[in-house]
Amino acid sequence: MKADHPQAVNEAPIDFSAHTMAEINRVIGLFPEGKQKSAILSILHLVQDEFGWVSVGAMNRVAQILDIQPIEVYEVATFYTMFHLDPVGKNVLEVCRTGPCQLVGSDDLISYIEEKLDIKVGETTKDGMFTLKTVECLGACGYGPMLMCKYQFYERLNKEKVNEMLDAMREASKS
Amino acid sequence: MSRKLLIEHAEVPGIASFETYRKHGGYASVEKALKTMSPDEVVEEVKKSGLRGRGGAGFPTGMKWSFLAKPEGVERHLVCNADESEPGTFKDRYLMEKLPHLLIEGMITSSYALGARRSYIYIRGEFMYVLRILEKAIAEAYANGMLGKNILGSGYDLDLVVTPGGGAYICGEETALLESLEGKRGNPRMKPPFPAVKGLWGNPTVVNNVESIAAVVPIVNEGGDAYAKIGIERSTGTKLISASGNLVRPGVYEIELGLSVEEFIYGDNYCRGIANGKKLKACIPGGSSVPILPHYLVTKTAAGTDRLMTYESLADGGFASGSMLGSGGFIVFDEDQCIVRNTWNFARFYAHESCGQCSPCREGTGWMEKVLYRLEHGTGTLEDISLLEEINKKIEGNTICPLGDAAAWPVAAAIRHFRDEFEWHVKSPQEAQTRNYGLIQAPLEA
Repeated sequence: MKADHPQAVNEAPIDFSAHTMAEINRVIGLFPEGKQKSAILSILHLVQDEFGWVSVGAMNRVAQILDIQPIEVYEVATFYTMFHLDPVGKNVLEVCRTGPCQLVGSDDLISYIEEKLDIKVGETTKDGMFTLKTVECLGACGYGPMLMCKYQFYERLNKEKVNEMLDAMREASKS
Repeated sequence: MSRKLLIEHAEVPGIASFETYRKHGGYASVEKALKTMSPDEVVEEVKKSGLRGRGGAGFPTGMKWSFLAKPEGVERHLVCNADESEPGTFKDRYLMEKLPHLLIEGMITSSYALGARRSYIYIRGEFMYVLRILEKAIAEAYANGMLGKNILGSGYDLDLVVTPGGGAYICGEETALLESLEGKRGNPRMKPPFPAVKGLWGNPTVVNNVESIAAVVPIVNEGGDAYAKIGIERSTGTKLISASGNLVRPGVYEIELGLSVEEFIYGDNYCRGIANGKKLKACIPGGSSVPILPHYLVTKTAAGTDRLMTYESLADGGFASGSMLGSGGFIVFDEDQCIVRNTWNFARFYAHESCGQCSPCREGTGWMEKVLYRLEHGTGTLEDISLLEEINKKIEGNTICPLGDAAAWPVAAAIRHFRDEFEWHVKSPQEAQTRNYGLIQAPLEA
């Protein structure tokens, strides 16, 4: 179910791990009394860290925690592009496609990854290992072409580096 | 070689730790300000320095500070805009990653000047690893008595929090940033009231760029007058420039304002020229929102004088033949780059990043993207070029925030200077799919 589904508010809230809950309480505590809603983006990041994406059930739980209406979570989660609102692969490759990276070869980088993983932008590999996305400027313009995966920046990429990176990610995601 | 006031120690091993930073003179501005100066005296030094906002707008920082409303019993805030998202700009990331304590020091000194006791750093969510660096540095600053209660025995208390965005260019606009910091969608607010009167949670708030806040450190240490001696005219001090595109040595450089553009692109201490021995075709000197300049207007103005890295010189000639210093996102194109493709790319960026609140921007950026897609992919018409100019006029000035202008101006400038290349895409669509147009000729002097 998506956040814009009329029955979204009825989706059962899901529980978060003890670690996630502890972190959520920490970030809420960073803001003054009554301003707990300011922690919402931090919380959505934490939820995504645990599940890989942000489901409606997770958003309903966030609404309970912050004591706000579910719609207040949906409207935020759907506005900010970092949050994946559908299940994704274990490694989400977010390739910068904006001007400065394009000048130094991001189009070729995207084609190469598509070919290498046999998927198109927006798709996930059959084994669920990789999802390929394109994103707008990540603020690494002098070190392009580049991509982000799990908040880590992979810069000045070429075919060789992409091969190494994909192998390392496969290895790390095995367990 | 330029003096470096901000990033001189950036590559010192361990400089991200409190101890090493302190050994290199760190936190001197906090000691000086809190022990020997009144808040108003700090504001006065920043005014004297002539410092202009380093996020892109170039508004004098001291003046912005002096607008802050100070009603009795109402809390005030300083918010640091670390939502660095303007394509071509990556200087704040470098500064925060290498010198987290410089930003924290600037936040303390500036918060003291403004009477803020709860300050925030709003950093783009993609820089999560930088947020972790800042969190660690903030914890060190608390542990060493630079944050928290009664800092250095002065009686001044300050809490500082760093918090992430979630991926939205618009949150670099200060009122959208405040909305986001309140946990909402990043829709810019109508102004007035300005944040200085009603900002975060309705409290008087100053929002400053990372680099502006860091610059307060040398200004307080050395005095506003000394800072103002660096640079030319109303472009005082040093500026971080993010150099990207087809350069031998792209990266972040701290320059004294007034350096020639020629020296910056070709000098040994800077970018060392165009990569792969190619020729310069064009340059966007201040981030993707400022007008593009064709090669013959990059190092010289239309009047034939040397173009300098200053707010005034880069804008020389207005929109007809000039551009802007903006955020200092200096993007360089070599002779093999396609201006139509790049213009389409940036139009796609703005269409993607429009928050959707104002119809002229929401619809207009989408139309421009579609029309430019046609032109780039060989199905455009000559009327499409005039259509772009029409759409432009309907967006410009008709939106709540400057994103609409930022989307419109680069397209207008690209057509102004590279009309032949756009027309070539229409007249020779097959050829335009197989090769790039190459360099354009400078118009003959009248």
